[in-house]
Amino acid sequence: MSIGNNILIKLNNVGFKQNQKWLVQGVSLQVEKGKIVTLIGPNGSGKSTTAKIALGLFKNIEGQVEKFTNNIGYVPQKISIDWTLPLRVRDFMLLTDNLTEDVIDEALSLTGVISLKDKSLGNLSGGEFQRVLLARAISKKPELLVLDEPVQGVDFTGEIALYELIKEISEKLNCGILLISHDLHTVMSATDHVVCLNGHVCCSGSPKEVAKNSEYKALFGEQASQTLSIYEHKHDHVHANDGDIKKN
Amino acid sequence: MFDDFFIRALVAGIGIAFVAGPLGCFVVWRRLSYFGDTLAHSALLGVTIAYSLEFNIAVSIFLISSAIALILIQLQKKTNLPSDALLGLLAHSSLAVGLVVIGFLTFIRFDIMGLLFGDILAVNKKDLLTIWVGGALILLVLRLIWKPLFASTVNYELAQAEGLNPDRAKAVFTVLLAAIIAISIKLVGVLLITGMLIIPTAMARNLSDNPKKMVIFAIIGGLLSVFIGLFSSLEFNTPSGPSIIAAALALFIFSLLKVKQTIQLKN
Repeated sequence: MSIGNNILIKLNNVGFKQNQKWLVQGVSLQVEKGKIVTLIGPNGSGKSTTAKIALGLFKNIEGQVEKFTNNIGYVPQKISIDWTLPLRVRDFMLLTDNLTEDVIDEALSLTGVISLKDKSLGNLSGGEFQRVLLARAISKKPELLVLDEPVQGVDFTGEIALYELIKEISEKLNCGILLISHDLHTVMSATDHVVCLNGHVCCSGSPKEVAKNSEYKALFGEQASQTLSIYEHKHDHVHANDGDIKKN
Repeated sequence: MFDDFFIRALVAGIGIAFVAGPLGCFVVWRRLSYFGDTLAHSALLGVTIAYSLEFNIAVSIFLISSAIALILIQLQKKTNLPSDALLGLLAHSSLAVGLVVIGFLTFIRFDIMGLLFGDILAVNKKDLLTIWVGGALILLVLRLIWKPLFASTVNYELAQAEGLNPDRAKAVFTVLLAAIIAISIKLVGVLLITGMLIIPTAMARNLSDNPKKMVIFAIIGGLLSVFIGLFSSLEFNTPSGPSIIAAALALFIFSLLKVKQTIQLKN
């Protein structure tokens, strides 16, 4: 890794074929330190596959993945804890790394689930479980976080709170985040760069650019770009340097 | 001290219980009960090969069981049969071939009951050495692969994504399973080794809320089963393997009372 280079991971024209069918093809993207890159797209568009390619979970991929860090935290899309395995939140936190009690507490506090530390993983609600997954992924202070639909099973207000939390984490840890989401408007405020997938890269750019893109509209419908503008209306003021708030 | 056959059996059983506890937990967590059974069935073939070639029994069983595990992996890749069918195929065919080979080896007298169900009289001083040295090695290796093995038991992709090596851990674990079967066959027998792995573990599951506790309870359950089983084997002149497993079953039934209690408390 060259000095001054902030790139954590770079995908060059990657693709993956399973049973003679391309799940995803021709994807190029990079995640830099402190930046959030969001993959959006409909079901089956290859979002999770792209994340798994980035994580090196597949053999025989097309293209190249250049990784500049080995300190990676991952929140997979699906995880089911078998009841045959008794597991408390605190045991789960130690899954891939040996962490001190303080580090575990810090991560659990950050995601707001410190009170669940001694609870059995099987007794958590969907939202609690997602927060524990996130806490585990960030506990070892990773340089790169890969979050595959981290807000599934969480209600709408909880969703926004979680995305705000993710943004906070990226600033606090100065890590790069590869985020997967199926809806653009809730991730808007957090995202630096959006890649819209549908088996290949449909379009990419800043959230605003993507929302205006005709391919994005074709994929998600006109309404999707309108919800975006509703969201943007929230920013009807700017903060001046002296602390004054000025209306636009 | 080891001149008394009963003391030898007891010391052997204690050694096996210490190893069977932690390995048994992984067998249950990873849903490998039937896989363990298949390896154990193939052990009979290992015994016959050892006798006919005048080779060390434990080493021979270990090699045959490992070979069966490799064959299974190849069959899984190359056929369209489900895993349980392949396991059944390997378990029964290796048991059958083992018994057929025994039929040919008329010049050696086999105690088939002893092979299948264990024999309290069969454990000699050399076996004790194999069990304790082999057992210590198994536990040491398990300690080394614990992190990747445990993490991939919870979630394979998560373990791999975060830089652990689940495939290697899985392969090593298979070898460890073959090894414990090899060292415990004399006392417990081919047909009941999997019981020694999973019944104390099942009991432990009923009593634990975290993995470490479950491993400790599985060891304690195994030790109690060995004590109760061997004493009753001596008392009632029953084969050692079934006596140990029956004791484990009794402990499991006791542990169900605790489960019932917790459920009542929850309501």
